[in-house]
Amino acid sequence: MASMTGSSASKPEKTNIRYFFPKDPDKSGAKFSFLRRKKDLIEEAPVDEHKLKKWRTGEPSKGYARTKFHSQKIRAREKVFEKVAEKSARAELLCAEEQGSLEAEKTYQITQNDIRSTADEATQQKIFDLRLDQFGPYRLDYTRNGRHLVIGGAKGHVAAFDWQTKNLHCEINVMETVADVKWLHQETMFAVAQRKNVYIYDNQGIELHCLKHLDSALRLEFLPYHFLLVSASAKGYLSYLDVSIGKEISGICTKQGRLDILTVNPQSAIVHLGHPNGTVSLWTPNMKEPAAKILCHASCLRDVSVDASGNYMATTGMDRRLKIFDLRTYKELSRFQYNKRQCPGVLDFSQKGILAVSRENVVELYQDMTNQAYRPERPYLYHRCDRLIQDVMFCPYEDVLGIGHSLGFSSIVVPGSGEANFDALEANPFQSKSQRKQTEVRMLLDKVQPEMITLGGGIGEVDFKTAAELQEERNKTKFLKPSKIDFTPRHKMKGANKAGKIVQRKKGVQEQHMRAAVRDIVRTKQVEGRLNQRNSSRPGLPEGTSSLQRLKKKSA
Amino acid sequence: MATISKKKSFSLKVLSRNPEDYRRETKLDIHKAPQNPETYLHPFTLGREYQRALNATKLERVFAKPFLCGLDGHRDTIQALAKFPTRLAHVLSAASDGEVRLWDLSTKKCVSSVAAHDGLVHSLCAHRSGQFFLSTGQDANIKFWSCSEEGRIGSEPVRTILNKNVYQGIDHHEKEDIFVTCGQSLDVWAGDRSQPYQSYKWGLDSMHYVKFNRIETHLIAVAADDRSVMLYDTRGGSGVQKLVMRMKTNSLCWNPMQAYMFTAACDDFNLYTYDIRNLRIASNKYEDHIGAVMDVDYAPTGKEFVTAGYDRCIRIFNVADGHSRDVYTTKRMQRVNHILWSMDNKYILSGSDEMNVRLWKARASEKLGVIKPREKTAFNTMETLKKTFKDHPEIKRIARHRHLPKLIYTQKKQIREQKDAQKKKESNRRFHSKPGTVPFVADRTKQVVDIKE
Repeated sequence: MASMTGSSASKPEKTNIRYFFPKDPDKSGAKFSFLRRKKDLIEEAPVDEHKLKKWRTGEPSKGYARTKFHSQKIRAREKVFEKVAEKSARAELLCAEEQGSLEAEKTYQITQNDIRSTADEATQQKIFDLRLDQFGPYRLDYTRNGRHLVIGGAKGHVAAFDWQTKNLHCEINVMETVADVKWLHQETMFAVAQRKNVYIYDNQGIELHCLKHLDSALRLEFLPYHFLLVSASAKGYLSYLDVSIGKEISGICTKQGRLDILTVNPQSAIVHLGHPNGTVSLWTPNMKEPAAKILCHASCLRDVSVDASGNYMATTGMDRRLKIFDLRTYKELSRFQYNKRQCPGVLDFSQKGILAVSRENVVELYQDMTNQAYRPERPYLYHRCDRLIQDVMFCPYEDVLGIGHSLGFSSIVVPGSGEANFDALEANPFQSKSQRKQTEVRMLLDKVQPEMITLGGGIGEVDFKTAAELQEERNKTKFLKPSKIDFTPRHKMKGANKAGKIVQRKKGVQEQHMRAAVRDIVRTKQVEGRLNQRNSSRPGLPEGTSSLQRLKKKSA
Repeated sequence: MATISKKKSFSLKVLSRNPEDYRRETKLDIHKAPQNPETYLHPFTLGREYQRALNATKLERVFAKPFLCGLDGHRDTIQALAKFPTRLAHVLSAASDGEVRLWDLSTKKCVSSVAAHDGLVHSLCAHRSGQFFLSTGQDANIKFWSCSEEGRIGSEPVRTILNKNVYQGIDHHEKEDIFVTCGQSLDVWAGDRSQPYQSYKWGLDSMHYVKFNRIETHLIAVAADDRSVMLYDTRGGSGVQKLVMRMKTNSLCWNPMQAYMFTAACDDFNLYTYDIRNLRIASNKYEDHIGAVMDVDYAPTGKEFVTAGYDRCIRIFNVADGHSRDVYTTKRMQRVNHILWSMDNKYILSGSDEMNVRLWKARASEKLGVIKPREKTAFNTMETLKKTFKDHPEIKRIARHRHLPKLIYTQKKQIREQKDAQKKKESNRRFHSKPGTVPFVADRTKQVVDIKE
């Protein structure tokens, strides 16, 4: 070993590391230069703590992992998360557009005419009415980027247009009842629920597909990240159709009668169905039963809507109530009772949380409804249409609400309803044709599988068992009995096939099996004994987890 | 756009975007893409990332075509491969018929060849300057050959040293004009002297493989036929340490980034990495081969190494893991005896029994050639995604799947069964013995028989 220490002596001293370019690389040890950049040259301004708080996804872990290595790994990962939060907080500065607002003492007194008279020309163009009195009442749908609109009259009139430039894509009469219209992933295609089947048209009004297995559909929804067209039918069927491959992913017989209330949670892609008995049922394509059921009203349900964050649900019922639910706890947050003869009808949440509620021919707009303490006396805004309202929908990324009614379609301005800063990689109102094509390819590549639609326990969530659950599992295995084995021994010659011998052989095998099983049980007990000892000092475990517990008297 | 009305007195601000702010000005610009990190605008982020990772993993397997070309021309079994410290494209190979060839990897052609020895060539190595190379053969000669910048080998050796004994291994010092040969004894040669200036012997058996350490340049590791690996220092008069293992070490390689680590390719189908400061326990054991491991070479990063197996496959290992990250086979490749990892960390060369030198990619699905910055970024993103989701069962399954020849597949299963049976037997024995009489022995110490100093 003597010469080994000699080689270690030639190492550079730790206290003073100097890297340099040797003139003659053959003669000296070091070959490379690692010039270290001074850290104090560039210093970023620190981000406000309250701004950071918004972007943090969770608290850093406090404890330690089983080994130091894993603890360090977790810490390193947490550093990355912190950096992401910091970068997001910094990026907030780049979101330049400001959210709309309306400030007055009595905002509900301000009409669309007042807004039109004071707003700029582009906004004035957004307030308009389409008088289509022959084919109403109308249903409507905006594209995800809020640029295009399709309206469908109950008597067969379907029109698609770019509502900002008022550029008509197509206008057709399908010569059938139209129950609902829905854009597919982009403005090139839309689906129309007609009397018998669902049809898909392109934006020139050419019929592309007739979906015969989605029969007598009443409501349509589209899940853009999964490419799923969801239809709820008059016969009580809920169907999921993958429009990218044209396959029906799942068809569920809900056994709940006519399904004319359908909405989708935009964050989890869970379908909410409203039923005449006052319940809302939550569905995924992977289960034949509802994932959850919520009894919302004591009477027939009118409409359901889920807000953009996916955390709140608003419902209206025939009992003249508007209720807000928290979907994380399934608890009612607040309820609003309407006066006699005023029954709230259709609902829609805007991106920024403004709730539109129709009652007969009036639309009421409420702000901040998901705040439990907020009890508005009057709505934020009113708008009165001429006839009964059939459908309302907020336009994404615009301060605009579209209203479909018996007399056609109205577009009104609701300041502060839309998201001011769009993300061009998700939805871009100003996208060019080439961008649209590229986005389509991207969307198809990133298509999320329908199996991943779950109510809790999705991807990225830790599926951990509590100590108590683990204990219970161990307790279960402890009393396991060895399984019986029954077999017919092989036929043997020369007197070995006598009845007694056969039984003997059989018994031998069975006993061997039994011994192995007993051995296993003994081993698990040994392991468990050690665990019990360790757990006895651990807080948080329920009483009676010890293996000796079963010997205690029940009454004690 | 805020305005104040006089009649009802309210201030109004409505979203009204100017399209000119969001469209590119000219066709030569790139499209504007404003971003908003707000969470609710990005639903299913994890789901989509998972999908991307899954797609990336699938594409990785689709593009995994590691075999680049076969360098054919030798008329006998490949006996040695050598790389130059100063040239990337040139590689030397020697065959059993005494022929040495120099290959240009950029053109995939043989530049020149020379009949170097009578009988087989035992070993090759390049001179530290890169202008010469050395060869030893069955005719007991050590020959110096010049080779020009273009790769022309001189027709006559520059220098020949005649010996009595055959030398089986040769290696050149990293910085000085010293080279070392092994055979009946370990000899250190310097300068123009025709006699070794130092000769070591430790035990009776002959030595078959020798390698200089590239960092601690005076350190030598030698593999001997008596199942031992010996460490020598050329400045000392005798050996430093001798490690005796259960089975013979066929070849070994120093880690180019950690001077004190080396990996030994062993006859017991495994490889062992040792820290020379403590040879009692291997710092890692690498399983997966189902035949003797014939050769091993480190990547210049020191993070990975490649092995040649008697089981007709090449395996690539991460230094930190115990199992191979990839395996290369072809239908025609026979027993692989020699392996090289190129100095640019991109290619692997293998020399096998059926007279072929094969060129492989070091990362099977890597795109070769110029990669533009955006493409590079995309690849990096995919790598990160794959890493993030690597433990998800579906992704893991796809990433691990390899189509193996039937022989390897069944043999591996058999070996697995044998190991399980041994484990079970040991545990049974422990269970039925008095506690403490059957101790737990670490797998990494089992192969060490003795250490002498």
